[in-house]
Amino acid sequence: MNKNIDIIDSPVLKIDKLHIAYNKTDKYAVKDVNVTVKKNAITAIMGPSGCGKSTLLRAINRMHELYPAIQTEGGIYLNEENIMKMSPIHLRRKIGMVFQRPNPFPTMSIYDNVIAGYKLNGIRIKKSEKDKIVEEALRSVALWDEVKDSLHKKGTFLSGGQQQRLCIARAIAFKPDVILLDEPTSALDPIATSKVEDLLVKLKKDYTIVMVTHNMAQAARISEYSMFMYLGDLVEYGKTKMMFTNPRDKRTEEYLTGKFG
Amino acid sequence: MGVKQNTIELKDNSAYRRLKDKLFLWAVIVVSLITISPIVLIIGKLAWKGFRQINFSFFTEVTPSTYDAMIAVSNNEVIPGGIVNGITGTLLIVGVASLMAIPIGILIGLFLFENGQKPYANLIRNLSDILQGVPSIVLGLIAYLWVVKGITHGYSAFAGSVALTIMMLPLIIRATEETMKMIPGSLKEAGMALGVPYYKVILRVLIPSGFSGLMTGILLSISRILGETAPLLLTALGNPMINWDATAPTSAVPLLIWDFYNDPNMVDLIWSSSLFLMGFVLTLNIISKRIIAKR
Repeated sequence: MNKNIDIIDSPVLKIDKLHIAYNKTDKYAVKDVNVTVKKNAITAIMGPSGCGKSTLLRAINRMHELYPAIQTEGGIYLNEENIMKMSPIHLRRKIGMVFQRPNPFPTMSIYDNVIAGYKLNGIRIKKSEKDKIVEEALRSVALWDEVKDSLHKKGTFLSGGQQQRLCIARAIAFKPDVILLDEPTSALDPIATSKVEDLLVKLKKDYTIVMVTHNMAQAARISEYSMFMYLGDLVEYGKTKMMFTNPRDKRTEEYLTGKFG
Repeated sequence: MGVKQNTIELKDNSAYRRLKDKLFLWAVIVVSLITISPIVLIIGKLAWKGFRQINFSFFTEVTPSTYDAMIAVSNNEVIPGGIVNGITGTLLIVGVASLMAIPIGILIGLFLFENGQKPYANLIRNLSDILQGVPSIVLGLIAYLWVVKGITHGYSAFAGSVALTIMMLPLIIRATEETMKMIPGSLKEAGMALGVPYYKVILRVLIPSGFSGLMTGILLSISRILGETAPLLLTALGNPMINWDATAPTSAVPLLIWDFYNDPNMVDLIWSSSLFLMGFVLTLNIISKRIIAKR
């Protein structure tokens, strides 16, 4: 793998010799990935379909374990702590996730959706504290002014873009260290997409963001660091600007110039 | 326009096509009338013959003695008494059956949903389908052997409930599995990504999201067993008085209908009891349809 960056000091996340296969006989979906992720920055993972980018992202909060046959080797460290040794439940409170399609809980109100992490986990907090968390989370996703009068309506009445921002609010209500986003704007229209992008740029001062994206322009617009994956290999990892202007690997160049993908 | 016109002559057979259309329309109307006529005739007959007996005491008094009924019939009066012992018995038997069948059925349904195509899950699924085809009288015999002979040592409401529970199970299992399959997997992921333990995701995200589907399955299974007579004849037996003791013989509305059928003096009560039962089942069906429509 080619690196065009200096060593990142005190990284939030460190991925060490990570291999993932969907079952024992399959070939690796993710091969020998070694990466450190910078704190309070946006790191984008790019690559053509099936290159293993979502698998890698899901491994970071162990959502890939929902496939029971999955095989993982190597380690992932969150603030130097091996996540494979943490309880997945504890881990997922520290590493939040937002999915491709907005998935607010249909039976819950907007308010309850934001506070869902506390509610579903049975964490009891005072009403005033809940109100504060909800308002703060909704403000930081710029949704507060739009929904403050309908907090107790169902979240599914919102538009797609609003729903996605609600899902981001749900993820940050727990104050995680890292937010993982799996193509968060691929189901949204351009206006909603740009709102979410602005929001992510704003959020990076408090959170470390890792996002998978299909959209090269998006990676160029908002990320500081980029990974390019191809057929399970991490081909290139480095500063986004460098990668887009002067890719080290031929495959990266071909992908970025639209020769395949 | 310069382009040569298409000059193919189409034969004008629109009259023939219109005739075909009309014939087909009428065929559909006639066939659908034939299909719905039984239900209209049944409800009409029950209402016509049964409404005379439906009064306040019908819902508040127990079944009359043969003698009282005979006197009333010979004086051309309304038969005194009602079917409250049957209504309470049905509530008791069906209630206990639901208490057993709903949790077990939902748990098995969730198990099948979670384990998909594993051999053990397939076995359970197939057995449950076979269970649905077992004649109810056979289930009555089994409940008689297991419960009447083995547990309550005598006819009892509980024995009837056991037979009906076995009838309800396949329906609830199926409904649960199908409902869970329709809930998008993204909701499960959303819950898991918040660090919620899996059992809580099921209880607090998946089941509430599929509530209407589960409710529909439950209501349909209840309306399915409300009219069951054969298994109750062998288990609950019947009781001329109101009984709330699950270990004692108990009446039920379909059992009363059978009793009335066997007593020439009480024929009028057959119709009103049937009307009541029919109305009850119909109401449940309508409620479950509304729940589906809301979904």
